[in-house]
Amino acid sequence: MLAWTIYLSFAGALLLALLPKGLPALARWLALGVAVAGLALGVQGFIVGMGQPRVVLVDLPWVPSMGIHFLLAADGISRVLVLLTGLAAVAGVLFSWNIELRTNEFFAFFLALIGGVYGVFLSFDLFLLFVFYEIAIVPKYFLIAIWGSTRREYAAMKLALYSFVGSAMVLIGLLAAYTTAGSHSTSLIDLAHAGLPASFQMWCFPLVFTGFAILAGMWPFHTWAPTGHVAAPTAASMLLAGVVMKLGAYGCLRVAIGLFPRGLDPWGFTLIGIGSWRDIFALLAIIGIVYGALVALAQTDFKFVIGYSSVSHMGFVLLGLVTLNQIGVTGAVMQMFSHGIIAGLLFAIVGRIVYERTHTRQLAELETMHLSKRLPFAAGAFVIAGAASMGMPGFSGFWAEVQVLVGAWMVRPWWVVAAGVGIVVGVAYTWRAMQKAFFSDALPSAHVLEEEHGHKFAAITWPEVTGVSLLMGASLLVGVWPRVLLDAIEPAVKTLLAGGVQ
Amino acid sequence: MNEFTTGIPILTLLTVLPLLGAALALVAGKHARGVALVTTLAALVLTLFVWTQLPADGRMGLVEQHVWAKSLGINYYLGVDGLGALMLVLSALVVLMSVDAAHRVHHQPGLYFALVLVLEAGLFGSFTALNFYHWFLFWELSLLPAFFLIKLWGGARRGPAATQFFVYTMAGSVALLVAFLAVYLSTGSMDFPHLTLLASTGELEQAITAHLGPAAILWLAIGVLAGFAVKVPIFPFHTWLPAAYAEAPSPVTMLLTGAMSKMGVYGLLRIALPLFGAQIAQIRTPLLVLAVATVVMGAWAAAAQKDLKRVLAYSSVNHLGYCLLGIFALAVPAVGVAAQTNQAMALNGVILQMFNHGLTAAALFWFVAMLQERTGGHRGIDQFGGLRKPAPVLAGLMGIALFSSLGLPGLNGFVGEFLIFCGVFSLAWVAATVSILGLLVTAAVILTVIQKVFTGPVPEHCAGFPDLHHGERMALAPVIGLMILFGVLPQLIVENVNSTVVYLLAHWRF
Repeated sequence: MLAWTIYLSFAGALLLALLPKGLPALARWLALGVAVAGLALGVQGFIVGMGQPRVVLVDLPWVPSMGIHFLLAADGISRVLVLLTGLAAVAGVLFSWNIELRTNEFFAFFLALIGGVYGVFLSFDLFLLFVFYEIAIVPKYFLIAIWGSTRREYAAMKLALYSFVGSAMVLIGLLAAYTTAGSHSTSLIDLAHAGLPASFQMWCFPLVFTGFAILAGMWPFHTWAPTGHVAAPTAASMLLAGVVMKLGAYGCLRVAIGLFPRGLDPWGFTLIGIGSWRDIFALLAIIGIVYGALVALAQTDFKFVIGYSSVSHMGFVLLGLVTLNQIGVTGAVMQMFSHGIIAGLLFAIVGRIVYERTHTRQLAELETMHLSKRLPFAAGAFVIAGAASMGMPGFSGFWAEVQVLVGAWMVRPWWVVAAGVGIVVGVAYTWRAMQKAFFSDALPSAHVLEEEHGHKFAAITWPEVTGVSLLMGASLLVGVWPRVLLDAIEPAVKTLLAGGVQ
Repeated sequence: MNEFTTGIPILTLLTVLPLLGAALALVAGKHARGVALVTTLAALVLTLFVWTQLPADGRMGLVEQHVWAKSLGINYYLGVDGLGALMLVLSALVVLMSVDAAHRVHHQPGLYFALVLVLEAGLFGSFTALNFYHWFLFWELSLLPAFFLIKLWGGARRGPAATQFFVYTMAGSVALLVAFLAVYLSTGSMDFPHLTLLASTGELEQAITAHLGPAAILWLAIGVLAGFAVKVPIFPFHTWLPAAYAEAPSPVTMLLTGAMSKMGVYGLLRIALPLFGAQIAQIRTPLLVLAVATVVMGAWAAAAQKDLKRVLAYSSVNHLGYCLLGIFALAVPAVGVAAQTNQAMALNGVILQMFNHGLTAAALFWFVAMLQERTGGHRGIDQFGGLRKPAPVLAGLMGIALFSSLGLPGLNGFVGEFLIFCGVFSLAWVAATVSILGLLVTAAVILTVIQKVFTGPVPEHCAGFPDLHHGERMALAPVIGLMILFGVLPQLIVENVNSTVVYLLAHWRF
C-alpha cells in the first residue's frame, strides 16, 4: 500500500495541472485530499509495518539489459520518513491555502515534489532512487522562481545548481559502483553484498556522501539553504527544510554508508588528529552545528534565523550518521523526523502566520508591533515550537539530540563538547528571536496604540490552526512517547549497520 | 499502602490534575481563577492523602515504574518518601495561596492561571520523579511558565529580570544534563535509587573512573552542584534572584520563593548527596564557606535594601543558606552514634526549614501584595508607617509571619533553624558560629521592618488604609494557624520526615 503514496501524488499533480484555471477552491481541496490520503497511507503503512523487517512492495523489471528494476521496499527508516513526508505535505497544503496566483499549478508542482520525495524514501534500486531524487529538483526550482519572494530567481538558480552538482557527484559514484560490482544489478541490497573493494570504497564514499550531503546542508556547501529557504513560498520552505534536506541525509545513510561502509575506515595515518573520512565529515558536521547557530544569532531577518537554524540542526543528523553506532544513527534518523516537523512549524509561523499579516520579517520592525498581544496564537505557537527547537525535554528534538550526543560520546567525547556549544547557542538564538519578534518590552505610544486599534490583523484561519496543531501534536507525541518511532527505527538501523559495517 | 490505593497511579494523577486544570483555565476566561482554585484545592487534598500513605520505614512509597525509552535507560519511575511528600504538600499549599492572592489579574487571566497550574505540574513532577530524564523534564517544564509569568505580568524592569532568571537557570540545567549524560554512559542507568545504591557501594566512582579518568567524578559532582547552586541559590550564583523576586508580581514571587527555590534544595538531597556524597565531603570546606557566605551576605544585603520585596528576597537567600549549611555540614563520614545523631538532627532541620521557609516566605509576599494594593503600588520600607492603628488585624497577622521568619520559638520558623544549628555545631562549629551572625542581622532586619511599617506616624497616603476585609481574614487565618500549629506541634511533620532521614542517611556514603 505504501507504494500508492507515490502514484497518488503524481496522479494528483497531473490532475491539478490539467484542471481548468479559475477554480482555486477546487485545486486546494483536491491537493488537500491527495496529501491527506498520502498521510493516511503512510500512517497505515507505519502501523502495519511495526515490528516487520524490510518488506518489498513492488519489484518489476524496468531496464532488463542493465538489471534495473522498479524496486520499491520499506524498512523502519523509510516508514518513519514517509510518515514525515505525509505530515509535511498536509501541513504544507494547509499553509498554502491563501495562494491565489496560479493556484492549480502551484499545487501541481507541490504534489510532484512530494511524489518525488516519497519515491526516494521507498526506492531500493539505485537508479530508481536517483530518478526520483532528480524529479524532486525540478518542481523545487519552479516553486521558488514563480511564487518566491526575496531574490527568488537567484535563490532558485543557486538551489538548482547546488543540487545538480551534488547529483553529478552521486551519479559518478553510482556508475562507478555499478561497473565495479559487475553484478549486473542496481538493487541496493545486491550492491551492498557485492563486496566492493576497500580501495574503491575509500574514494567513492566521500564522493557520494558529499554529493548527498550538499542537499542536507553540510557546511561549507550549505549556502543554498538559507537563501533558498528565505526566498521560497512558505509551503516550499517547509518542504525544503522539512523533507528535501532529509533526502540528502537519507542518501548519505542509505547509499553512501550502506554501500561503501569501508570508506569510513581509518586511512592508516593521521594528519592533525584526522585519520579517516569519518573524522573529516564529523568535523564538518560540528562546524555546521556551531556555525549555523552563531550565524542564526546574528540575523536581522526572522526567516533567516530559521534558515540558519536548519543548517545547525542538520549538522546533528550528519554527526549522528558518522558515529556509525546504533544509538547515534538512531538519533540521526529521529532528528530527521523531528527537525522536519519543527522546522516546518517554525517556517509556517514566521513565513505564513506572521509575515502574511505584518508584511515584514525584519526583527527590528516586528519589535515595534507588540505581536504577543496582537497575534497571541502565533506567539504561543512560536514559544512551543521554539522550545521544541531548543531541544527542551518533552519534545521530539530532545530525544534525537541526546541520542546523537550519546553516540558521538562513544566515538570521541570532544565531539559532544563542541556540539554542546551549538546547543547553548541554539537556546540563545531561539530566545533572542522570540523576544524580539513577540515579547519586546518597549511600551507603545498612545498614537501607535490607536493606529494598531484601527488596523486589526486578519483573524487566524482554520487551516493555520489545523496545520499548527498537526505538527505540534506530532512533535509532542514523539517527545512524550519516543518509542513510537524508536521501535521502528532501531531494528532497521541495526540491520543496516550489520549489513555494512563490521 | 492499603488495598484501596494499590494499582491506582496516584502520583501520575496528581501531576496530570493541574495540567487538566490549566487546559480548562485557558478557555475559562473570567472564571479562570475559580478553575485554578478548585484545581489547587483538589491537588492539596490529594497531596495530603499521599502524606498519609507513606511507608513507615522511610523508604519510597506509591511507586510507579514503566519502561519509557529502553535504549537510553529512561524509565517512567515515580515514588515519594517523607521528603518528597512534604514537598508535594508544600507546593500544593503555596500554589493555593498564590492563586488566592492573585485576585487582581485583569490582563489575560486565563493564560495567567494556566501558567500557574503548569508550574504546579512541574513542581509535582519533579518532586516525585525517580529517573533523571523524568525529573529533568519537569524541572525544565517549570521554568517556562515561571519565565512568562515574570515577563508578561511583572513590574517595570521585568524584561531583563525574566531573561536573567531564564539564562541563569538554563545554564545550570545544561551543566546538570552534561553531568548526567556522563553518569549514564558510565553506568547505563538514570534511575536515582539504582544510582544511589551504586554510589553507596563505591561502584559509581569505579565506573566513572574507568570511563572518564580519575578526576572526572569530582567534576561531575561540581557540574551537578552548579545546576542546583543557581536554583537555590548559593552565593555567588544568586544575582538573578533579587531582580526576579522584585519584578515578578507578588503572587508569582510567592511561587518562586515558596516552592521553586525548594526544587534546588530538594535536588541537592535527592541527587547530589546520594550520588556524589564522597566528592561533596572532599570539597566540604569550600562549600561550607559558600554556605556561610550565603547566610551572612544574604542577611547583610537584606539590611541594606529599601524595597520590601528586595528585603524579603535577600532574606530568602539567607534562610535557604541555613539549609545549605546543614546539607554541607552533614556531608562527612560519621564516626560513632553521636555524630550520626547530629547528622540526623541537621537533616531533619534542613527538611523542616524547607517546608517552613516555604510557608512563611509565601505568606510574607502575600502581605506585601496587600500593602501594595492598598497604597497604589508602594513597597518602600520608608513609605509606610504606623499601620497598626488603621489596620490592626493586618499588622498583627503580618507580625506573626515576620516573627516566624525571624525564628521566634513557638512559631514554625524556629524548629528547623534550631535543629540545623544543633546538628551543625558539632559537625562544623566554625561555620555554625559565623552563621550566628546571620541570625542576628536577620533579627535586626525584621525588627526594623516591623518598626518602620507598623509604628510611628502614619504618612498621608496611608491615611485611609483599610484593614483586612472578611474574605482576606478567612484566607489568611489558616496560613497563620499552620505557622502556630507547626511551631507548637512540629511532630506532625517530623514523624514521617524522621523515618525518611534515618533511611536516607543509612544509604548515603560520604
